[in-house]
Amino acid sequence: MTELLRAAGIEMRYGATHALKGVDFVVETGKVAVLIGENGAGKSTLMRIIAGVETPTGGELLLDGEPVRLGSVREAARAGIGMVHQELNLCPNLTVAENIFLAHGPQGETALLDKAAERAAARDLLARLGQSIDPDRPVGALSIGEQQIVEIAKALAEKCRILIFDEPTSALSEAEVEILFKVIADLKAGGVGVVYISHRLEELLRVGDTVTILRDGRIVAHRNAAEASVNWIVEQMLGEEGQLGRIAAHRVEGPPVLSIEHVSRARDAGSAALDDVSLSIGTGAVVAIYGLLGSGRTELLETAFGARRPGAGRVLLRGEDVTRLSIADRAVRGVHFVSEDRKAQGLFANLSVRGNMALSDLARYATRGLLSQVREEREVGAMIARLGVKTASAEAAIGSLSGGNQQKALIGRALLPGPAALLLDEPSRGVDVGARAEIFATIAQLADDGLAVVLTTSDVIEALAVADRIVVMSGGRVTLDMPAAQATETMLIRAANAQAGAVPEITG
Amino acid sequence: MAEASIEPASGGQSALALLLRFRTVIALVAVIVFFAAAAPNFLSVSNFLIMFKHVAIVAILAVGMTFVILTGGVDLSVGSIAGLSGMVAGALLLNGVPIVALGVVAYPSAALTVLMVLVLGGLLGLCNGILITRFRVAPFIATLGMLYMARGGALLMSNGATFPNLVGSADYGNEGFPWLGAGMLLGVPVPVWILALVALLAAFVTGRTAFGRRVYAVGGNERAALLSGVRTNRVKCAVYAISGTTAALVGLLVASDLVAAHPASGETFELSAIAAVVLGGASLNGGRGTIGGTLIGACVISILGDGMVMVGVSEFWQMVIKGIVIIAAVVLDQMQRRMYRRFALEAQLG
Repeated sequence: MTELLRAAGIEMRYGATHALKGVDFVVETGKVAVLIGENGAGKSTLMRIIAGVETPTGGELLLDGEPVRLGSVREAARAGIGMVHQELNLCPNLTVAENIFLAHGPQGETALLDKAAERAAARDLLARLGQSIDPDRPVGALSIGEQQIVEIAKALAEKCRILIFDEPTSALSEAEVEILFKVIADLKAGGVGVVYISHRLEELLRVGDTVTILRDGRIVAHRNAAEASVNWIVEQMLGEEGQLGRIAAHRVEGPPVLSIEHVSRARDAGSAALDDVSLSIGTGAVVAIYGLLGSGRTELLETAFGARRPGAGRVLLRGEDVTRLSIADRAVRGVHFVSEDRKAQGLFANLSVRGNMALSDLARYATRGLLSQVREEREVGAMIARLGVKTASAEAAIGSLSGGNQQKALIGRALLPGPAALLLDEPSRGVDVGARAEIFATIAQLADDGLAVVLTTSDVIEALAVADRIVVMSGGRVTLDMPAAQATETMLIRAANAQAGAVPEITG
Repeated sequence: MAEASIEPASGGQSALALLLRFRTVIALVAVIVFFAAAAPNFLSVSNFLIMFKHVAIVAILAVGMTFVILTGGVDLSVGSIAGLSGMVAGALLLNGVPIVALGVVAYPSAALTVLMVLVLGGLLGLCNGILITRFRVAPFIATLGMLYMARGGALLMSNGATFPNLVGSADYGNEGFPWLGAGMLLGVPVPVWILALVALLAAFVTGRTAFGRRVYAVGGNERAALLSGVRTNRVKCAVYAISGTTAALVGLLVASDLVAAHPASGETFELSAIAAVVLGGASLNGGRGTIGGTLIGACVISILGDGMVMVGVSEFWQMVIKGIVIIAAVVLDQMQRRMYRRFALEAQLG
């Protein structure tokens, strides 16, 4: 085996956040190096550095033993490094073949397009992945799983020496995963160095040759896959402080606050479908919706909250049909939402902590439209104290807070109007393990106080630790809905991988 | 190019869907039929030649604008660049280029003048592109600034006066400029030939070249394009340069046709160009639109205007009607997309 690429002492800082702390990582020819870590551990950051998307603030990359600077995706591509991105990076307005050959044609860079050759080459690549997707179909009309396949085909078209897969299987069916693994075996045989990231632990042990575990921006363990086990991985991933005891007190769910009845919607570019989903959430309990990327969990939450209109079905809030009401009208009636994408959909970088938190219910601090700063400071200050938001002051810029404290501030924003139901989309995303435990303790407290809390998660352990009731989604359907006390990891993972239409085996 | 949102995911094509899909063509036919009935000599060959000369002005600008809008940008400066280009051509033909060191004045030929002005337009467009990519100025603002600067520049060149009688002279070897805008070739006005050339070239570039693909990619998902190794900034600079060049071409055609350059020439042309692109089915969010659509859109806008003049609709009502047509086009576009989303849902749910 030969070393293809070595990342040596990689450092990455974003402002106050120290995302990678001296990481060493090696890619060898014909081997699959598996990288594991929780959300926010720094896996994707490390991969983006290797793929030339980001430049590290310290350390160096050695390609074939020579130091290289990969300042752009193009330079990385020229060095033979390709990446299948986690978030689908496709142009919905272009066809499958056009997306696959976006940067260059089948025969390298040309000024003129040879559409027939592209179509044929695309069809070959897709056939290699066991797919018969029409190369002329617009990508926007494909399902998330099909888009994932196209993304993989696009990376294969690059003919790389090093290929990074960042959670490639999150939207794939089991059959498709098998085919992908065969393709990876082919790549290995051809001497390609593969880096593989996934949350599906069993899958990692099957496909990987080496296992490297990242936690809080550090490599904490490294082993040959043959010597690693799922339990060992989980222990290493979480570390000691990250162990989440079951903090759910098995509260008894009160009368329903929010009911979703037979909700369906079509998938469109970048969002999953919902297929006849019904779900009722009562007071004083935490309901966790577990599912993989593209399972429809975010779409379900957004439908409940009013950010999406369902194609069919209705949403009831305390018995009132709110299906056609806007987000603002639902908020007035007591439904509040915290997005999974803090930066893009949560924070106002231009406002202070107070400004961010007060925004959900400005009328509360106003008399005839005139804001009372005193009242605002008092109430926001009380919420900061209640949730233990660590900030220099209420006037500090929101960007100066750590991810966990930003998240707490946003939860505070949703709590200030005094909601009846709180919807949290992946509340632990981009939050370090210590802050995660605090956030979950807060959530538990809120449920004890009688609030109906719904959260989504892509982490089984998290779901089991925090929830009173667990709902599993797969392919836009609810495949499991049971009290957390009776659920096991295996049941959840099996239900999350259940194919739409198939009856999942729920025997544990 | 892919028409992602034009193609329904499955069957369910109703008559209404077809009507919506070909709405711009239907609108064009309706406009022609209506005015053919209302104005007796509307259908005459000579009238069509005149109308198509007008179409050429709007359509050439709109073709350049299509590139910009496909990337998700907008170019407000094209009317002003057209005005400035006409003035620069006028100054070059009338006053030449003084070469101080030799104490002489050089007069470029008409062809060289045209070439110099086209390059100038391209460079002004490139300035827009650099402002937008390097200095991260929003396209609306960058090109709004250029709108003012180019118009001011045009007025400064002559202190607001018109450069008249741009026929050139045999003594200076720079005659022949009026042919560009007023000449005929095989019985068809030269501007119409130029439009045909520009449109064919643009259709080829958008549909058949890697550059064209990248333009659609940047408009469809700029981040994905960047991560795929597309030099998105370069693509954006190029589309503004193209738009600047087509604007200069229009400025030359107008000045040549009138045999005079007026500094206010081209005012509000940018609005007609944007309207034509939108009527042609392009999305202002980028990634969707075709050169063919833009041409039909330009025909609708321009022929509607000429037809209304012929039947004596007041200038004020003309503006109101054009506004209604533009808004109706976008409303119908939205209706079409909603309808296809519903088809998609029904197909998925069976």
